[in-house]
Amino acid sequence: MALDAKIPEGPLDKKWDRYRFEVKLVNPANKRKFDILVVGTGLAGASAAASLAELGYKVKAFCLQDSPRRAHSIAAQGGINAAKNYANDGDSVHRLFYDTIKGGDFRAREGNVHRLAEVSGNIIDQCVAQGVPFAREYGGLLQTRSFGGAQLSRTFYARGQTGQQLLLGAYGALMRQVANGQVELYPRHEMLDLVVVEGVARGIITRNLLDGEVEVHTGHAVVLATGGYTNVFYLSTNAASCNVTATWRACRRGAFFANPCYTQIHPTCIPVHGEHQSKLTLMSESLRNDGRVWVPKTPGDKRPAEALPEEDRDYFLERKYPSFGNLVPRDVASRNAKQVCDEGKGVGETGRAVYLDFADAIKRDGEDAIREQYGNLFDMYERITGENAYKMPMRIYPAPHYAMGGLWVDYNLMSNLPGLFVLGEANFSDHGANRLGASALMQGLADGYFILPYTIGGYLVGASLPAVSPDHDAVKEAKAAASERVHQLLALQGKRTVDEFHRELGLLLWNRCGMSRNEAGLQEAKEKIPQIREEFWQNATVLGSDGELNQVLERAGRVADFLEFGELLVEDALHRHESCGSHFREESQTPENEALRDDENFAYVAAWEYQGVGQSSRLHKESLQFEDVKPATRSYK
Amino acid sequence: MNLTLKIWRQKSPKDKGRLVTYMAKGISPDMSFLEMLDTINRDLILKGDDPVAFEHDCREGICGSCGFMVSGQAHGPLKGTTVCQLHMRHFTDGDTLVLEPWRAKAFPIIKDLVVDRSALDRIIIAGGFVSVDTGSAPEANALLTPKDNAEIAMDAAACIGCGACVASCKNASAMLFVGAKVSQLALLPQGQPERERRALSLVTSMDDAGFGNCTNESECEAACPKEISVRNIARLNREFLRASFSHPAK
Ligand SMILES: Cc1cc2nc3c(=O)[nH]c(=O)nc-3n(C[C@H](O)[C@H](O)[C@H](O)COP(=O)(O)OP(=O)(O)OC[C@H]3O[C@@H](n4cnc5c(N)ncnc54)[C@H](O)[C@@H]3O)c2cc1C
Ligand code: FES
Repeated sequence: MALDAKIPEGPLDKKWDRYRFEVKLVNPANKRKFDILVVGTGLAGASAAASLAELGYKVKAFCLQDSPRRAHSIAAQGGINAAKNYANDGDSVHRLFYDTIKGGDFRAREGNVHRLAEVSGNIIDQCVAQGVPFAREYGGLLQTRSFGGAQLSRTFYARGQTGQQLLLGAYGALMRQVANGQVELYPRHEMLDLVVVEGVARGIITRNLLDGEVEVHTGHAVVLATGGYTNVFYLSTNAASCNVTATWRACRRGAFFANPCYTQIHPTCIPVHGEHQSKLTLMSESLRNDGRVWVPKTPGDKRPAEALPEEDRDYFLERKYPSFGNLVPRDVASRNAKQVCDEGKGVGETGRAVYLDFADAIKRDGEDAIREQYGNLFDMYERITGENAYKMPMRIYPAPHYAMGGLWVDYNLMSNLPGLFVLGEANFSDHGANRLGASALMQGLADGYFILPYTIGGYLVGASLPAVSPDHDAVKEAKAAASERVHQLLALQGKRTVDEFHRELGLLLWNRCGMSRNEAGLQEAKEKIPQIREEFWQNATVLGSDGELNQVLERAGRVADFLEFGELLVEDALHRHESCGSHFREESQTPENEALRDDENFAYVAAWEYQGVGQSSRLHKESLQFEDVKPATRSYK
Repeated sequence: MNLTLKIWRQKSPKDKGRLVTYMAKGISPDMSFLEMLDTINRDLILKGDDPVAFEHDCREGICGSCGFMVSGQAHGPLKGTTVCQLHMRHFTDGDTLVLEPWRAKAFPIIKDLVVDRSALDRIIIAGGFVSVDTGSAPEANALLTPKDNAEIAMDAAACIGCGACVASCKNASAMLFVGAKVSQLALLPQGQPERERRALSLVTSMDDAGFGNCTNESECEAACPKEISVRNIARLNREFLRASFSHPAK
């Protein structure tokens, strides 16, 4: 099947304009006749649900948590990008577009990314109007900072809680529509399956997490904004409930999964400390603006940091990348940290950590200045590690953080399954093989506030969508399958906990399909995952009953899906014989150990079609055309 | 280290519930409180017993999912810290800890340490937002906001909606939660057009949801993991009075 991204014709900077002019409009009086199911209430889902409801559509919004306000977007710290050029430092829509394409290592679509940059400014306007308390200058204007390797100051922020404040803004807009009767809210509801009627997405199957009721919801379109799948690694910076279930179940129903192997490993996280650890905590990337990253020069040197004189330290990022230094993009910073630890230069008890040192910054600016900028992060570090980072360097290590891969969507944000729209981290669209800091929040809100509200209308006017009866075979089949699966899970009475299986899968993926990957390791993972999965279905234990709050059952379903999806992730990594962005194939590197892209053979989106559990998925390629930017070697030297 | 835990077990909203004693053995001081509970649950699961239900998600102190009483203190003994960010190094070997759910009329118990906090959402539905449709916003820098106001608004906006303020108040009042939202928006220019209407309707919906009255005990501020100040309650009282006198709907 040829994948058509449906990018509008015309010059890059006129495409979106032209699209909006040409798209067919839904008569305002007709909008209320359309029922839209929005799954997920993070930045992408809440903004979409609110905006669609404002337009007059009837919306049902679903989420796992007890309140929409608790979606994982709440945890984003650093900020949100926008090409406002308030700092007068040369920013523009085109530059944000260019940085995003280059940062993604030339594996994203020009048309989508340009549109993202175009609407970025509107997002800030919208959020300010909602009362999001962004940082301000004394004159009352908005403040920006530079972030994650950008050489421009284009990141807007609200202390270290930008995601929280943006989400509360979107949540407010959503709750306003609940008050207006335009949105019906379904918290503590988990989507277990997608209902596809004659090739068109027409509904979802959910389970009420409080009483176990399996329900059918049908509508004219389904919007998935269910976030990323990085928890497949078990230990990650993501919240515990982040999962792949909704997108994976959609994939099993025919939606293509694109680029699953593009997973971002964030360089500045608190290192793993013990086997009972349940998550990894991110320390904001802004720390790299003032902290210097180093390790001892000699492998095995176990002297404490303060006993190591300057000449025995290796500031490896500054040494290897003199022009960007400690501010190289995430993938480069992470890979280099791994490399020095592999060489035996890692620090701390486990040897899997590098120093992030503020001594010079404190000497230069004083402890108070550093406290003012990073105080909350230093506090958080101390709370978790019991160490005072004003007195000794922090220890950090990379951790799984973000999924660039996701369900394949076209320019309309619609999957290959008509009627299924996918937004936010759940889709694959804008970040290519590597996402820049502060761009996920931008993309989620762009999708929900400013893109879907236009594109969904174009679909609804043109489609013939007769009502779906609850007795339709497709509905009955999906509902029965979801109930059956719950019962299969409840029947598991083995000897190992669900979490143990998750941990085992995660560790395997981390070691074989993490920051750097090679053929042999990937083959090993490919063989082992089905074994873990099989053992799960024999030997996992799930207790309790169906008709009550059952947290073990919830986790079991999500882990079972990770055990299927993990195999696809590895398959994608195995097939991509090049290094690009976050995907580093050891076989494809320069003599200086830098990533070596292969544009000739791999300048495409890999979209995978499900063929059955344990079966190889079928690959569809969407080739990427670069008309505006010439793909070049990403160099941060 | 080893600890004795007395944990509230209640199978369902209708069940009576009781404290059950568990031993937590070999706990590392580097574990978080919830990781300690994970180990208890792991042992329970392997024995075939129902694990303790508790809510959590981010485990970073920001989503507001977690929260229960640890020996009478909401989120435990460490100031300004959610229970997911509380680490075991703050306890001593041999301690006995009592874990109970938030107790408030407006927060019915669902199971064990999990309660229903949807009343907080209902308060926000009553008007805890600025009414602005997507696309209709003016240029962001067209609205000047004094930095000091933005900072105080941010202090209030830091609320994570966990409910600790309600649980620690002897009247189970939600005044700190409501005060934080009303203050945030009253301090910003964007919040002005609906300022009075918001103060009135949020307070009304709080009363309707079954939360109690504030008698200025300030326990809420002491328990708040985000250290939200009771000055927000004073501001709410002023806003409410002001609105009661001047709002045309009154
Ligand atoms: C610690 C951390 C810090 C970050 N900092 C930044 C930053 O500074 N800047 C930046 O740009 N990005 C940042 N990111 C990334 C960014 O936060 C996320 O990519 C983004 O918030 C995802 O938003 P979303 O709306 O797509 O999904 P989420 O916010 O993850 O929301 C997913 C929603 O889907 C629901 N859901 C999931 N599965 C189901 C199901 N099966 N059934 C029903 N509902 C379901 C959930 O309940 C939730 O409501 C950070 C990420 C992390 C982990
Ligand atoms: S789990 Fe999110 S605040 Fe504790």
